[in-house]
Amino acid sequence: MRNNIIKILFNILVLSISFIVALLFGSIILLIAGVNPLVAYQAMIIRPISSVYGLSEALVRSIPLMMVGIGISIAFRSKMINIGGEGQIQLGAVAAGAAALAIPGVPKAIAIPIIILVGFTVGGIWGGIAGWMKAKLSVNEVLSTVMLNYIAFQLYLFLIRGPLIDPSEIAWGTGVPQTARMPDSTIFERLIQQGQRIHSGIFIALIIAILVYFLLWRTTFGFRLRAVGEEPKAANYAGIKVDKYLILAMVLSGGMAGIAGTIEVIGVHHRVLEGLSANYGFSGIVVALFGRLHPIGVIPASFFFGLLLIGAEMMQRAVNIPSALVISIQGLVILAVVSSNLLLENPKYRKKFLGFLMQNN
Amino acid sequence: MAINEILNLILRILTVAIAVSAPYLFAAIGEMFSQKSGVLNLGVEGIMMLGAFVAFYFAWAYESILLGIILAVFVGALMGLLMSFVSVTLKAKQGISGIGLYMFGWGVAGTLFRLFIGGVEDIAGLPNLHLGFLSELPILGKLLFSHNILVYLAFLLVPISWYVLYKTSWGLKVRAVGSTPRAADTMGTNVNKIRYQCVILGSMLAALGGAYLSVAQANMFANDLVAGRGFIAVALVYFGRWKPFGILKGAMLFSIANGFQRWYQISGSTFPYEVTVIFPYLLIIIVLALSHEKFAEPTALTVPYDREFKG
Repeated sequence: MRNNIIKILFNILVLSISFIVALLFGSIILLIAGVNPLVAYQAMIIRPISSVYGLSEALVRSIPLMMVGIGISIAFRSKMINIGGEGQIQLGAVAAGAAALAIPGVPKAIAIPIIILVGFTVGGIWGGIAGWMKAKLSVNEVLSTVMLNYIAFQLYLFLIRGPLIDPSEIAWGTGVPQTARMPDSTIFERLIQQGQRIHSGIFIALIIAILVYFLLWRTTFGFRLRAVGEEPKAANYAGIKVDKYLILAMVLSGGMAGIAGTIEVIGVHHRVLEGLSANYGFSGIVVALFGRLHPIGVIPASFFFGLLLIGAEMMQRAVNIPSALVISIQGLVILAVVSSNLLLENPKYRKKFLGFLMQNN
Repeated sequence: MAINEILNLILRILTVAIAVSAPYLFAAIGEMFSQKSGVLNLGVEGIMMLGAFVAFYFAWAYESILLGIILAVFVGALMGLLMSFVSVTLKAKQGISGIGLYMFGWGVAGTLFRLFIGGVEDIAGLPNLHLGFLSELPILGKLLFSHNILVYLAFLLVPISWYVLYKTSWGLKVRAVGSTPRAADTMGTNVNKIRYQCVILGSMLAALGGAYLSVAQANMFANDLVAGRGFIAVALVYFGRWKPFGILKGAMLFSIANGFQRWYQISGSTFPYEVTVIFPYLLIIIVLALSHEKFAEPTALTVPYDREFKG
């Protein structure tokens, strides 16, 4: 017990140091840009936690981050790097949007599960393609998912500009590429009034996080999926069909991203529109790493990065630093976290640093 | 269509294909060195974005393309240093660290672009060379002797890198470090030093490829200028079986196929516009699926070297 707590605290310590290192690096960019890093970071970190709006928006962003982060964690657990979150989100979103528009009269309790299932399936197929190519043709999944991202993005634009465009956009001649508004029976209600966007989709996300935890750690399926990632050769000897689990891991991973897109449509925008996914597919990678590739760990990590994303927008408004800076900070956080793995995972180094704290170890 | 028109068309497509394959050659040959030494650098895209931005900014603000290119290559070297420190010294998982590097380059280029340029600006761009009578030759003049200097450099890089890799002792060390690092170490080669050199060289070339896009091809910078070319370059390394001439073949085939479908779109086909944009990425997926044999891969690719760990 005590050792476990020490391990968790140590993890948090290492992650905090990684984050601080990333911020220090980021301040070099701020200095080049001629901005006082303290002022910029103050706007980015303090502002979002000091208003209802900031907290609500952080939660709104944490929902897709949580879903994508969980999806990426699942893929990572079987040693697959899923960079295709962005495409999986978009295709999941557009499929879910089409489904929602197709079932206007169906009661909410039936409509929402159907829509989520559609988003999951389409995202899952998109992820599954990369999984299949890895398992059967040993195509590097980073490259295939990146290419699939570009393809998905164009399909997405094609669908919302053409077949799925809001008929009134044509009638009014405005031609904004977006679908019609989702029927009320298909959308998540807002949780607090006064114009805040936080919606009940967050409960769905939390339930899914817990379900995935049970799936991965309490079922044979999950055990096998993780075994494939940890010891593919041993898993093969044990009679586990490695190929099958690689593909399934990518299907689940893409499916989670598909749900992220779905929730954005029926929870936030109530339409499918351009720029729906604000690079959540990439931010989800950082969230997964920060959550130590664990569905429950991803929950606080997604809230933390939700704060960071809304913080970056607030910083842009306050001190005119482009919010793109947050992408580079996330990149640095990834670099810092994967670098610290030497410390966290290599028994030799871990013992050196933790040996004196651990009991009988 | 008359035979004359068809020949003209083929000539036009080939001329453009030669010019647009240059950035792929820079980036892919750079990545080849990196992978040959055992480091998978997936951050090429981000390095290209940063290289494209730096080159464009200095070419635009100080009106010197040369200065822009030099500084872009320098920034590329710094990115390579960062990548090798993380992946070689700190032994981070290379697939993920490459993604971190990609996001870092993307974010920095995007931030600085918005701060210092802000909108659509363009420059004159790198001029095409006029090689005297060679450029006047009927067909070959246009096809081969009217490009800008970086195109020639890119194509020269192919035989040079082949020579370096297969005919010099440094090249031998690179290959040894990427396939049998322990043996190379026993023979007195500093594994990590060679890997640092290769990753930094590869990143400098990637940045040069990015610079080409902004100061010699598009003559402008936009956030989506690189548009996946860095990842395509990595795919071309697989397609080319980690060999310079294989990469050349891949880059040319890819650029020609791309040129053809672009012409097809302009010539009044009824396909939606999005299909045009999808084509190169679809092509790369097919290429990856067809070039999947693993045996050509450097055996120590993505495996950090640890002297004390007997694995």
